[in-house]
Amino acid sequence: MPTRHDAAAPPVKGGAAPARPPAESASEERRRARLSRRWQRDVRWSPYAFVSPFFLLFVAFGLFPLLYTGWASLHAVELTAPTDMSWVGLRNFTRIFDDEFFWNAAKNTLIIGIISTVPQLMMALGIAHILNYKLRASTFYRVVMLAPYATSIAAATLVFVLLFGRDYGMINWFLGLFGMDQVDWQNGTWYSKIAVSTVVIWRWTGYNALIYLAAMQAIPQDLYESAALDGASRWKQFLHVTLPSLRPTILFTCVVSTIGASQLFAEPLLFDANKGASGGSQHQFQTLGLYLYEQGWVNQHLGRASAIAWTMFLILIVVGIINYVISRRLRASS
Amino acid sequence: MRARTLPHSRLRSGGGTRIARTTRKTVVIAAVAALGAGLLAGCADDGKDEDDTSSGSGGGKTKITLGLFGTAGFEESGLYKEYEKLHPDIDIQQTVVERNENYYPALLNHLTTGSGLQDIQMVEVGNIAEIVGTQSDKLLDLSKYGKKDDYLPWKWQQGTTSGGQTVALGTDVGPMAICYRKDLFEKAGLPTDRAEVGKLWAGSWDKLVETGNKYKAKAPKGTTFLDSPGGLLQAILSSEKDRFYDSSGEVIYKTNPAVKNAFDLTAKAAKDGLVGNQTQFQPAWDTTIANSKFAAMSCPPWMLGYIKGKSKPEAAGKWEIAQAPKSGNWGGSFLSVPKNGKNAEEAAKLAAWLTAPEQQAKLFAVQGSFPSTPAAYDSDAVKNAKNDMTGDAPIGTIFAEAAKNIPVQTIGPKDQIIQQGLTDNGVILVAQGKSAGEAWKNAVKTIDNALDK
Repeated sequence: MPTRHDAAAPPVKGGAAPARPPAESASEERRRARLSRRWQRDVRWSPYAFVSPFFLLFVAFGLFPLLYTGWASLHAVELTAPTDMSWVGLRNFTRIFDDEFFWNAAKNTLIIGIISTVPQLMMALGIAHILNYKLRASTFYRVVMLAPYATSIAAATLVFVLLFGRDYGMINWFLGLFGMDQVDWQNGTWYSKIAVSTVVIWRWTGYNALIYLAAMQAIPQDLYESAALDGASRWKQFLHVTLPSLRPTILFTCVVSTIGASQLFAEPLLFDANKGASGGSQHQFQTLGLYLYEQGWVNQHLGRASAIAWTMFLILIVVGIINYVISRRLRASS
Repeated sequence: MRARTLPHSRLRSGGGTRIARTTRKTVVIAAVAALGAGLLAGCADDGKDEDDTSSGSGGGKTKITLGLFGTAGFEESGLYKEYEKLHPDIDIQQTVVERNENYYPALLNHLTTGSGLQDIQMVEVGNIAEIVGTQSDKLLDLSKYGKKDDYLPWKWQQGTTSGGQTVALGTDVGPMAICYRKDLFEKAGLPTDRAEVGKLWAGSWDKLVETGNKYKAKAPKGTTFLDSPGGLLQAILSSEKDRFYDSSGEVIYKTNPAVKNAFDLTAKAAKDGLVGNQTQFQPAWDTTIANSKFAAMSCPPWMLGYIKGKSKPEAAGKWEIAQAPKSGNWGGSFLSVPKNGKNAEEAAKLAAWLTAPEQQAKLFAVQGSFPSTPAAYDSDAVKNAKNDMTGDAPIGTIFAEAAKNIPVQTIGPKDQIIQQGLTDNGVILVAQGKSAGEAWKNAVKTIDNALDK
């Protein structure tokens, strides 16, 4: 019958000091030491076992692909023979400097990122502000707002493609009512970017609005009351109470939206599905994600695609650092 | 917080008996091991598992699986059932991916890794040169299963390596004709009889474009002569013997006068407004079919099915079909059998049976896929074939005639990318108002970037 050596000993009757059983044999001593070593090892190593599933998965599906992509980017590799690699050094990277398609895609990613993220976050803020008032059926409005987020990207994009159709699209029909000419949404340099951004904005505004709304509801009511006592108008209250309190949340949504914008893929891919991954006849809405896909899976150049992936990764790190610096400045100034 | 919970957990963890502790540890290790094994299994060759199930299920039957794309129609025309009746120990199953651009990269991936393959894999003609050129060592030589003389010579050739192994048997082909609207031709003062219409442009694509100019002069308002620049370019190029590659496998599309001429002629037609400003197979293009916005289009047999699917019911019988200026092939597929399949031999027999003349004739009757086996052209299914859209036109005879005149074309691994570049990054820009020179430059830039390893 094993005894509980590690548990605190029960107080001994009439004695202040916890007394040990006097006649403890040497073997009992050894057993204790062994057990103690054992659970020390247990305590030390079991946590690693518990967290290991995630890290095993990460190594298999995160780290390994990352490193392998890095390795592949130094080779000329084709999808038709992925094991047949020939070393080209940094050529896949150096050629990116004068690869106009890459920089075109980078520019498109940036432009679409800005014209989708900025209006989206501003609208989300406004909507959240309105929903923060006491409204009838507020739950209904909140659900409606989130509904676009619950649709599939593919389905939404395909519907938008029909709406944005040049000859038979509803948007052109509507614009036609005001005497405007037909807009070629898929082929115009700016029109196509605006159309793709519209899909993004439609899908994510409600989601961001809900995040803002949640943060707004955590702002103590007294702040508004005292501001009102000081004679601040609704607008002033919004500027000087709501916005400063939302600062961390706004930063969060900015970071998340930036990541989302840099990964933009499905919307432009499906916006002109017949032109494959080329992002329009003049690559006018080809994003970096799309260009990467085109090189890897359509043109079958795994080496080049890997180099593009790593360059994207490096660009994202730079963007991340800029984000961090700005947010630190903001925090310091508040 | 953490500091406080540690002794507590220590208390509890030490509290168990040795047996309990060992058990728990075993559980942890087992869990980790199971997760790890799951991971490894996920990455491992799953061919084995499939083999197990394929022999295990179906009550001892041999299961043969087919990987297809689009609407192959084998199942719809009852060919599987028929084969299963002939061979009671065979059980046939198929998986279908709708679009080839999703199907093909996965197929390549499966071939190069040797896993996830079906017993029979379908290959589109746009990819056949690449499969034959780079993957033939993974595919079974089917030359002793299919009969060479059954097939159109160029079709057989396309599935054969330079070393003489035939790794893919032809299913359907796409001999091209020109479909046109009788009612629109009549309004524009053009003949409507198919022989006369064929004579308008026989032998030269320039004459087709000239006819387009005649049409335009008296065209019903809002209609164009042809559907799209892409359709015209496709038609011209598919009738050329040499296009993008020469016989030694070099890319010559930039210097090949045939390609430049095709491009320029299409660009001219686009500039003159003879073609619709549309990209084929886009929803907007579908709508131009439904709304009768163009008078003619290049038309392989499968296109009739497409027209039918997109037309309004009242358009039935208003189409007619004439020979193209020069015969060409647009579309068609192959069946190939990966070597490492457990039932490769049975699969090869099935592939040969499915592509034999009798079966191809049946497939044509149901699906409209035109046989690649001339022996089928004399069958009643082909001779008496009609289509709702073209009324009484003997489409089988017309397409058979075209099929026999198709040149043996030099094809290359990246034909599809080059064709798409010339179309979607090229001639369409002319329809949008760019000059032919700008469009050519844009296309070449795109293609060269795509081809550069």
